[in-house]
Amino acid sequence: MAAESILTVRNMKVSFDTPDGTVEAVKGIDLDVKSGETLAIVGESGSGKSQTMMGIMGLLAKNGRATGSASYRGKELIGLPMKELNTVRGAKITMIFQEPMTSLDPLYTIGRQIAEPIVYHRGGSFAEAKARALELLELVGIPEPARRINSYPHELSGGQRQRVMIAMALANEPDILIADEPTTALDVTIQAQILDLLKSLQQKFGMAVVLITHDLGIVRHFASRVAVMRRGEVVETGATADIFERPQADYTRMLLAAEPSGRKASPPDNAPIILEGRNVCVDYRTGGGLFKSASGTFRAVDDITLRLKQGQTIGIVGESGSGKSTLGRALLKLLPASGHIRFEKTDISDFGRSAMRPLRQEMQLVFQDPYGSLSPRQTVGEIITEGLYVHEPQLSRAERDRRAVEALKEVGLDPAARNRYPHEFSGGQRQRIAIARAMILKPKVVILDEPTSALDRSVQGQVIDLLRGLQKSHDLSYIFISHDLSVIKAMSDYVIVMKNGKIVEEGETDAIFDAPKQAYTQTLMNAAFTA
Amino acid sequence: MTDMVNAPLALPPETKSRSLFQLAAMRFRRNRAAMAGCVVLVLIALFSFLGPLFISHKYDQVFPSYVSVPPSLEARPDAGSLQEAMEGVAGRARVTLKEFAVEGQTFTATVTSDQPIDPRTTRYFDRANEFDATTVVATEDDGKTLKLQGNVSREYFFFGTDSNGRDMLARVMLGGQISIAVGLLASIVSLGIGVVYGATSGYIGGRVDNVMMRFVEILYSLPFVFLVVVLVVFFGRSFILIFLVIGAVEWLDMARIVRGQTLALKRREFVGAAQALGLTDWQIIRRHIIPNTIGPVVVFVTVVVPKVILLESFLSFLGLGVQAPLTSWGALISEGANNIQSAPWLLIFPAIFFVVTLFSLNFAGDGLRDALDPKDR
Amino acid sequence: MFSFVLRRLASAVPTLFIVVTISFFLMRFAPGGPFNLERPLPPQTMANLMRTYQLDQPLWRQYVTYITNAVTGDFGPSYIYKDNTVAELIAKGLPYSLELGFYALLLALIGGVLAGTIAALRQNSVLDFAIMSVSTIGVTVPNFVVGPVLTLVFAIILAWLPAGSWGDGSLRFLILPMIALALPQLAVFARLTRGSMIEALHTDHIRTARAYGLPARTVVITHAMRAAMLPVVSYLAPCAAALLTGSAVIETIFTIPGVGRYFVLGAINRDYTLVMGTVVLVAIFVIVFNLLVDIIYGLLDPRVRHD
Repeated sequence: MAAESILTVRNMKVSFDTPDGTVEAVKGIDLDVKSGETLAIVGESGSGKSQTMMGIMGLLAKNGRATGSASYRGKELIGLPMKELNTVRGAKITMIFQEPMTSLDPLYTIGRQIAEPIVYHRGGSFAEAKARALELLELVGIPEPARRINSYPHELSGGQRQRVMIAMALANEPDILIADEPTTALDVTIQAQILDLLKSLQQKFGMAVVLITHDLGIVRHFASRVAVMRRGEVVETGATADIFERPQADYTRMLLAAEPSGRKASPPDNAPIILEGRNVCVDYRTGGGLFKSASGTFRAVDDITLRLKQGQTIGIVGESGSGKSTLGRALLKLLPASGHIRFEKTDISDFGRSAMRPLRQEMQLVFQDPYGSLSPRQTVGEIITEGLYVHEPQLSRAERDRRAVEALKEVGLDPAARNRYPHEFSGGQRQRIAIARAMILKPKVVILDEPTSALDRSVQGQVIDLLRGLQKSHDLSYIFISHDLSVIKAMSDYVIVMKNGKIVEEGETDAIFDAPKQAYTQTLMNAAFTA
Repeated sequence: MTDMVNAPLALPPETKSRSLFQLAAMRFRRNRAAMAGCVVLVLIALFSFLGPLFISHKYDQVFPSYVSVPPSLEARPDAGSLQEAMEGVAGRARVTLKEFAVEGQTFTATVTSDQPIDPRTTRYFDRANEFDATTVVATEDDGKTLKLQGNVSREYFFFGTDSNGRDMLARVMLGGQISIAVGLLASIVSLGIGVVYGATSGYIGGRVDNVMMRFVEILYSLPFVFLVVVLVVFFGRSFILIFLVIGAVEWLDMARIVRGQTLALKRREFVGAAQALGLTDWQIIRRHIIPNTIGPVVVFVTVVVPKVILLESFLSFLGLGVQAPLTSWGALISEGANNIQSAPWLLIFPAIFFVVTLFSLNFAGDGLRDALDPKDR
Repeated sequence: MFSFVLRRLASAVPTLFIVVTISFFLMRFAPGGPFNLERPLPPQTMANLMRTYQLDQPLWRQYVTYITNAVTGDFGPSYIYKDNTVAELIAKGLPYSLELGFYALLLALIGGVLAGTIAALRQNSVLDFAIMSVSTIGVTVPNFVVGPVLTLVFAIILAWLPAGSWGDGSLRFLILPMIALALPQLAVFARLTRGSMIEALHTDHIRTARAYGLPARTVVITHAMRAAMLPVVSYLAPCAAALLTGSAVIETIFTIPGVGRYFVLGAINRDYTLVMGTVVLVAIFVIVFNLLVDIIYGLLDPRVRHD
């Protein structure tokens, strides 16, 4: 690979002025991007990996400031007047972003948006640029490009929008393409397609790609070189193979080790069935207005049967829209569903809300978003003891407090946390609080709805260890819902693969992962880079 | 913030734990414009409600001698006009004024006549606004000359007087009381209706929500300011009716805001978590929905209060405000606007208070919004 | 699009009907009537008057009569302006209010959007602060103060412009009432534009436009501005309806013979038909402008396009 460095970053710093003083997000880093290579910048949230690139591109928020040096083929970019910077960005260096949903202007057709940078950087008319846009759309694999060119972003799927962004990025045949978490917001199968597309286009155009990501699987498959960032500093740089096989920095080693590992043993065959759903269906009404009845129904969960044994973890895996979360809520009777649901010996199919209330203590739910699932106006103590008000109202204040302390200790938090508010905690700590809220009731079944998806890898590992530990000590049964195969693999002993509300394939974890039978499962496996 | 493996037990570094409310209060205190607005509002409220205790004039007290006098820091009447007034009185009493002097709060006068003067003449002096407790201190010249002494009542009119001779200072204070009270009470009425309507509609959802919101839409096309006028004209101009009516037409926006909030909160995961814990609807509304809607509602109240005060002033302009001798800033302003050339102080003083109050409410409201919703605006 | 307009028009009819019904009964259930003067009329005269205007009939029949007549455009005779029907009065006054309101709307919209945009682009600068302070004054000073002050300064002290009346309808006569009418709305537009513009400038797609090296002017005008106009367009409907149907305050202060005064005069005199006529007029304006705004909104924002 060519060794010429086309983007040279030296002692670059990015700082933000906040009411609490200046915060240094990037603390004087050095980076080189060589022509034609793929450099991955890896780090967890808050490592400064995105802000570095934003600083180079002049895209920092108003209170942000970049200092140091970043030169593109000898041209210093930092401190460059906007007019001159605009001759570089969009032409020589382009960028695609994490959120394909919001990165395109909703008010203009995609054709016009692709044409815009062409017109501004190369001159010519919009009509000529449209012709080029059409070629680009074809190149990035948008079906029916001639028709789609007049579509608006909201008429496209997330994956298609990201393809449009890529078309826009390629329009002026740039030297460097910066991809900031380009696939994080997408489903795994789409993710693989987008990355393959990027790779083939890179070979075709010979540009350098800077891939910003937290996902080591992607790095391993796509990057030629890796820079690992942590807390605003580059801790290690090197060829991909070297980094993965001979990591030098402790942090890199820790990151690599954070890949969830281990397998869970199946419960004994004679373990009692604790939660059973037979032919569960959930319908949503679509459309409908004031004076007209619903125009149709949409079947989100379609005839699902599952049996959860005591001590078992069933992993439910699927992409967005597969109905996996809906199924979880339906099993807890939080949604109207048809079919039969049995908890221990009780048939709860026809239980109303008040009949379900005493049972709620036994069946708990933990959500994905550790920011949304805690009421911002309650203290942690109030949050985790809320269930006790309902289920053990006779408890004295002191007794409740003792239980709160116990629960917090159990999830590995300092009991002093109970007097604080959720916004003072990090994502992983919040997820522990959410788990404590469920555990304080001493439930038998816990439905875990993507409990690790919003967390960094290293934190994910800790939460998984915590959940496994709790399961062992309380003989809990889990239904573990996730789109992330590596987490599913580490957590569950039985796996159900769902698509469009139906079960595609189910079986023992090993069987599913080692020898998937259905094509869809195989696609998922391949896309996830974990197989 | 990144959690690290080595410190899962570490708590955030701050030594003091702050609730969201405390954080908002901190941000609010940092906002100088908003804080200034708050201070000004408090001062104006103190002026309006406690001010009357410190001035001697009643809001409906008429000073016939001081009709439409301009504002002044000097006491009225001044020495020159006292002389004039005394001469006028002497003329009415058919006596000649020989000497006249004012010393502090007392005056001495010497009057003469061709004929002996009846001591009861003092009544003429007391009849004038300016003088009272006139007594005869000496009789000379066989009663043809009287030496009189009495008190001069000198009045201060810092804001001048209106065309009926009432002290504007007292009237501006009263106007403030009524405008502020109407603003607050009408906002409370609209808050009450709006919160109940919006929360019900949002929480029940579905078809009920559809019908309720359609009704709000219909009401939006009703010319509401006009309806206020109709109601006030037809049902009378009492203070209570005015704020009830204004409140009853200002709740639409509030209902929409609360409904939107409730709908958004219903989708939040912590409400889902509360349902999974087995809380009842009412417990969820009380513990989760209401505490989380308070922010936007409070912000909206700071928008409604000035709107209501303006609407009241519009009613006053049409002559439909509170009835004299009661008054509001709006009524004073519209009266002042009619006399803008001849007596500008009738407009200037109430207008200053009115505008400063609304201005401060605006700044305080903006500050409150920024503090409660710390997006970078 | 065409079917959307038709559907909206169809739903406007019941809305209008409900508005008329509410207003009709609200007014009739209130104490007092058009002929309850300070000096009571002799009972015989009163009875005659009531019969002439059919006020002696049961309320529901009056209502039915009113509705059937209103459908044909007959809003009945005015009780106070005895020689005129309500329709005539509105036809006479409306052109004045429309003309004045139209200019005021243009001034408010253009001035407000311009000021708001400048303030947003220079956020937290002295200029921003100045614009926002002036527009706060615009919202807080009642127009019955602005009117006389403008008259005093420009008509009496400086003697540049006439003090009031429609005159020959030339622009000279319109300037002062137009400014007084437009000022509060201009301020609202400025605040609205500033807020939505700042929000628009923080969106991801503006970041995209910047990242692709589009010139700052293009970013602001083609991308941020269009998104920022959406809330402004929404506010346009109630604002246009209010301005075009005349302002009682401005028309009184500047002695302009528009329709704005009729409502207040009608209400004060309990002139049922005149009040109802103005209510219907305003409601029609509100409904029509809401429809227009929905169409404009659809043109601006493809996400809500109705086809």
